Amino acid sequence: MAEKILEMRNVTKRFGKLVANRSVNFDLERGEVHALLGENGAGKTTLMNCLYGIYNPEEGEILLHGKPLKLSNPKDAIAHNIGMVHQHFMLVPPLTVLQNIVLGQECRITPMNLSRARAQVEELCEKYHFQLELDTKVADLSVGAQQRVELVKALYRGADILILDEPTAVLTPPEVEGLFEILQQFVSMGKSIIIISHKLWEVKRISNRVTVLRSGEAVSTVMTKDVEEADLAAMMVGKRVSLEYEKTPVTTAQNILELKDVCAKGAHLASSLKHVSMHIREGEVLGIAGVDGNGQLELSEVIMGLLPTQSGSVYYRGEEITKMPTRKRIEQGFAHIPEERMTQGLVMNFSASENMIINCYDRPPFTKNHLFNSRQVKENGKKLVEEYDVRPRDPDALARSFSGGNQQKIIIAREFAQDPRLVVAVQPTRGLDIGASDFVHQKLLEQKEKGAGVLLISADLDEVLAVSDRVLVINEGEIMGEFVPGEIDYTEIGLMMGGTKRTNSKAGETA
Amino acid sequence: MICMNFGGTQVRVERKKRTESPLFQKVLGIGIALLLVILVTGIIIALSGKSPIAAFQCMIKGAFGTKNSVAETLIKAVPLLLSGLGLTICYRTGLTSVGSEGQIIMGGLMATIVGVNLGGLPAPVVIPMAMIAGILGGGIWAGIAGLLKAKLGVSEVINTIMLNYVATYLVAYLVDGPIQEAAGHYPQSDLLGKNAWLPIILPGTRMHLGVILAAVSVVLVYMLLWKLPLGYQMRAVGNNPIAAKTNGINVARNMVLAMFLSGAFAGLAGSVEIMGIHHRLMNGFSSSYGFDSMAVALLGGLHPVGVTIAAIFFGALRTGANTMQRTLQVPVSLVNVIQGLVILFVLMQALLSRFTIRIIQRNAKEKGAKQHA
Repeated sequence: MAEKILEMRNVTKRFGKLVANRSVNFDLERGEVHALLGENGAGKTTLMNCLYGIYNPEEGEILLHGKPLKLSNPKDAIAHNIGMVHQHFMLVPPLTVLQNIVLGQECRITPMNLSRARAQVEELCEKYHFQLELDTKVADLSVGAQQRVELVKALYRGADILILDEPTAVLTPPEVEGLFEILQQFVSMGKSIIIISHKLWEVKRISNRVTVLRSGEAVSTVMTKDVEEADLAAMMVGKRVSLEYEKTPVTTAQNILELKDVCAKGAHLASSLKHVSMHIREGEVLGIAGVDGNGQLELSEVIMGLLPTQSGSVYYRGEEITKMPTRKRIEQGFAHIPEERMTQGLVMNFSASENMIINCYDRPPFTKNHLFNSRQVKENGKKLVEEYDVRPRDPDALARSFSGGNQQKIIIAREFAQDPRLVVAVQPTRGLDIGASDFVHQKLLEQKEKGAGVLLISADLDEVLAVSDRVLVINEGEIMGEFVPGEIDYTEIGLMMGGTKRTNSKAGETA
Repeated sequence: MICMNFGGTQVRVERKKRTESPLFQKVLGIGIALLLVILVTGIIIALSGKSPIAAFQCMIKGAFGTKNSVAETLIKAVPLLLSGLGLTICYRTGLTSVGSEGQIIMGGLMATIVGVNLGGLPAPVVIPMAMIAGILGGGIWAGIAGLLKAKLGVSEVINTIMLNYVATYLVAYLVDGPIQEAAGHYPQSDLLGKNAWLPIILPGTRMHLGVILAAVSVVLVYMLLWKLPLGYQMRAVGNNPIAAKTNGINVARNMVLAMFLSGAFAGLAGSVEIMGIHHRLMNGFSSSYGFDSMAVALLGGLHPVGVTIAAIFFGALRTGANTMQRTLQVPVSLVNVIQGLVILFVLMQALLSRFTIRIIQRNAKEKGAKQHA
């Protein structure tokens, strides 16, 4: 029996009325990878934030090496050799790798003062076979490398227990493999790792034990080797759900939207669109798969008229619309579910009903004879809140007071109430739980049934495969290949996502 | 979340999730703020050796005691109200304009030019003409700042402040040169033609037509913000320009338009002040109405009705303080102190109402001493 180094007993954490963790028990043994599995909002991150001193649990206790531990901030946690790598990295981009690693530990981070620290960090890198250029600015590093900086930072602070919050969310498949090798190495050197995840395969692949959380409660803790992915999925969601939808085949060859050789400048070189050609047919869901930040956002913006093209042209139902302003496109039947709900999608200080007309406030019935009719706005809000099951059913409540899933429902209600002909959905289920995701998928498919073209851009490959009729893979702003879900296996998709163009013989058939 | 420990107790300050508090809570907050203002002002008056009660009585009498004092209060409230309404539009559109003062001055200048040169025309012709000139003067002056912001991203805070100086010194130059009075004694323009003077609507006082114009403007701004699609657009831009842009609303155009409208109301304030009170252009005719109107707009909660109340309150302060000085020798500058305190306390309550403050006794059950002040 391995040594128990950490134990959390009956930990309860509330946020107002919401119970984020209810009497959770969790323990960690020396030299193991313990996965914390659960849906979005199951309370995984909250639990770990309690362990890292960010939150104070209301009830329960934390024992480290059998002794009770009182943490009031992350500094205490670090002092007890607990390290955490957050989902969103806590790095300062203009500083160098070395400066970032020692930040907070050393008072002065000028190059001269860092010679001792440099030796230590170099030693660490050597011990764990990290390849890091210590004097490169973090801003110039890839996401994978930034993550390694976070890991070294935790090690430099002396972490024996390492908490990783969704570490693979931002990585390409090869980078994920690299990360797993590193983790295995840590474990073999006696460190213990807690990995937060909602991906089954990754839990199965890397962990020794799994604790499954569901709505804030620990459902069970099992040895990974004793369970199958399907069992874990069942524990996680409570009931078995299969990500499978009935899809009517696309019958028409009528293009609703066509892009010809489009180039557009993006936020980075990697996300700039490079000679993208594609089309969406009526009644078709076209999925765009790819790792985040490879031009998906730019693609949606070009289609919505929010980002100007450098060259190439865009056609909507046969007519060129390359330079058409966004508003006009919306009036002609474009619907947009933007990536950032809170900044792009909603005006947080507007009520739900006011948000539900931002795409049509200047048209009847909301504006008649040049007068804005706030009663119609409320009526409309009331109707849509009912129809789309927005909770709470209060169209007058401010958008900011709704949960993420319900905020998304407000956006979807607004966009779909206009009977769009083309739907551009960007990461429509990000941050939503399975129930809400399923709702979004159903609504997207409803639009397809009605004959609209749907562009589904998502970093969640399972989602793209489940909902789409046809999938394009994008990498660094280029289309790497096209396939029909089920036609090829994950390895091949992974390769395309990682930048290998599809060159098989079937390309001729689908084109 | 901020936690502070004092011995055994812990004070916790947490951000509230909802920012829109119910109306009664807002009114209560402002009420408490005003009470504190009266308290602190009273202390200051007492320190100077005068009776605070007598001083306040004097002020209230001075502002509302007679027909004439009510009229004076109202005509002082008019420019504050008009300019404050303009600022309401542009603050709601998310633009922090500090330029009302300059826009009032430009409005006054344009109205003067029309009123002096076309003063022979009949009143129903020249009065609207002078006002439109004033509206355009203020509107274009603000529009410059709006364009710079929308097209080049220049901070509207900086460029409206700078345009204030340009307007002030432009008028200082003009009244000392090109448009100086024919007599040539003082740095001021000629009198406007009598036909360009605003008619008095309450005989025996200085209360002029501007009071009615201001009242109409309250309704207009309310209509604009809540009864026109343009108002919805502007509020959307003001609350979240990114969401507005994503949904195809032209953010730049709305910014320029909001600045123009805000300047137009300030310009109207300037022309009303010239045509109704001074009847000629001179340095400092605006007596910082533009700056005070910022406080008026904020104190009024950026709502036309609230702004009206705040403008009358500030107008009353100005009138009442004069009486107070005459009777009790309490200096008028006390009004600046009061105005400063009003802004301070009102902003403080607005900020505090976003947080929940809890005092927790250690080792005891949560004693939820909740405070909203």
